[in-house]
Amino acid sequence: MRAVITVIGKDMVGILAKVSTVCAENGVNVLEVTQSILQEMFAMIMMVDISACTIPFNELSDKLTAMGDSMGLRIHVMHEDIFNSMHRI
Amino acid sequence: MLNSHDILETINMIDNENLDVRTITMGISLLDCIDPDADRACDKIYDKICRYAQNLVKTGEDISKEYGIPIINKRISVTPISMIAGANPGVNPVRFALALDRAAKTVGVNFIGGYSALVHKGFSPGDYALIESIPEALSRTEFVCSSVNIGSTKAGINMDAVAKMGGIVNRVAELTADRDCIGAAKLVVFCNAPEDNPFMAGAFHGTGEPDCEINVGVSGPGVVRAALAKAGDCDITAIADIIKKTAFKVTRMGQLVAQEASRRLCVPFGIVDLSLAPTPAIGDSVAYILEEMGLECCGAHGTTAALALLNDAVKKGGVMASSHVGGLSGAFIPVTEDAGMIHAAQCGALTLTKLEAMTAVCSVGLDMIAIPGDTPDEVISAIIADEAAIGMVNSKTTAVRVIPAIGKKVGDELNFGGLLGGGPVMEVNRYSPAKFIHRGGRIPAPMQSLKN
Repeated sequence: MRAVITVIGKDMVGILAKVSTVCAENGVNVLEVTQSILQEMFAMIMMVDISACTIPFNELSDKLTAMGDSMGLRIHVMHEDIFNSMHRI
Repeated sequence: MLNSHDILETINMIDNENLDVRTITMGISLLDCIDPDADRACDKIYDKICRYAQNLVKTGEDISKEYGIPIINKRISVTPISMIAGANPGVNPVRFALALDRAAKTVGVNFIGGYSALVHKGFSPGDYALIESIPEALSRTEFVCSSVNIGSTKAGINMDAVAKMGGIVNRVAELTADRDCIGAAKLVVFCNAPEDNPFMAGAFHGTGEPDCEINVGVSGPGVVRAALAKAGDCDITAIADIIKKTAFKVTRMGQLVAQEASRRLCVPFGIVDLSLAPTPAIGDSVAYILEEMGLECCGAHGTTAALALLNDAVKKGGVMASSHVGGLSGAFIPVTEDAGMIHAAQCGALTLTKLEAMTAVCSVGLDMIAIPGDTPDEVISAIIADEAAIGMVNSKTTAVRVIPAIGKKVGDELNFGGLLGGGPVMEVNRYSPAKFIHRGGRIPAPMQSLKN
C-alpha cells in the first residue's frame, strides 16, 4: 500500500530530514521525493510504501501532523487512491 | 505516476476550500421489526440499528483519516416508521421515535431519519397517527428527523395531507419554541421523495431498497466557487465546463469513500448523491458560486438562470464519476445554512418568491427558511402546495422545510448554530388561501405521469 505525504509551509533547515526520520523509525519506505518552492511556500511531496509500517496508519498520520504543527508546517498523509480517483479517469 | 500539481490541488481543496464528504448514511430496513407488541417492536428496532450501525461512526472516522478527507456526518435512515407502527393501532407512535433516538445515541450518529409517512395518494391509519404525533416526537427527541411525502408526479397531490401539514409544521415550531423552533428544521414535506436520499432531514429508507446499504452525499460549493474565481473572465460555456470538471473530481472522492465504507462495513453500496450542500462556513456557499458567476447578490434577476446552469453542470460532471447516482443530486439552497443566502436574505435581495422560482431548477425546494411565527396554518399549507405542484409537474423532488419563528417577526433572526446555521425571518404573502386549502381532496396526477 502506498501513501502520499505532503508538507506545505515556510521553508527551513531539516524538514526533509525530520520527516524521513519519522518514516524510517516506523518502517515506512520512501519511494520518491519531489520538492519545490511555490508562491514562496515550501511544498514537498513524498511517495511512500507503508506495507511494512510498524504502527497503524492513523498513528503515523497523527505523528506527522503533530510534528508539522510544532514546526508551523501542514503535513498530510493520505492514501494514494484518493489522488488516483480524483485525477484519473 | 501522480503529478504534484494534482496532489497539491486536492490538498488545497481540503485545506482552503472546504472540500468534504458531507455524509455517509446507512439505510436500514425495519420491515422485519414489525411486531403486534409495540414494546417488542421498539426493542427489535433498537437492536437492529445498533447491530448494523455499531461500526458506522468508527469506520467513517478511519476512512477520513486514511484518505485525508473530512467526512462531516455519519447518519442512519430507516424504513418509514408509519409502516412499522401501523401494526400497533392505538399505540402512540412517539415511542418508536424514542427508540430511534436511543439507537442513534448509542451508535453515535448525529441524525436518524425515517420518522416518516408516505401519503401522496391517501392515509392509512398508521400514517395518520404518525403525522399527528410528529410535533410530540420532534420535541421529545434530539436526533430524530421526520418527513412526509404528500405528492408525486404519478399520484398527484394529496390536498388533505397538505392541509394537515401546515398545522403540523406550526405545532412542531411551537413545541420547540424554547430552542429557536429547531423541531421544524427536522421536518420536511416532500413531493416525489427519493427513497435513497442520504441527506437530512428528509432521509428515509424506501421499501424498494435492500436490507441495508451505504449511501454517500458529497459536497463542495467552496471548491466550485474557487475554480470559477481562478478562471476569471470567461464565457458561460466555459463556466459550465469548469463546474463539470470540478464536480467530477468531488464526486470521484465520494465514490471512493462510498466503496470503501461499503467494503469495510460489509454492506452493499447504494448511491452517491451528487449534491452541492452548503454550510454556514464562509466560503462554503452556493450563493457565492452564483455571485462568482457575475451576480451582484444572490436573488438578483438572473439567479434562476445561473442556478439552472450550476445544477445541470454538477450532475453532468458527477454522473460519470460514480457508478450509481441517486438521492437528491443537485444544488441545495437552504437559506439558513448558506452564508451567502443569509446575507442575501438580510439585505432584501433574496425573497421567498425568488426562492420558489429557484426551486424549479435545482435540487429540493424551499429549505431552511424562517417565516414569521404568526403565519397561519393555511398559508404554510399553501406554500407546501405550491412547491409540490412545481415538483409534480416537473417530475422532480421538491420539499418544504420552513421554520415558523414563534414570537418573532420579519427581520428578527433565528440561530440554531452548527450546520443548521441561522438567518432572518422572511416575509410571506399575507393574502389568505384558506378556502382553497380547506377544500381537501386530491390534485389529479398531471399528463406528465402518463408515460406508458
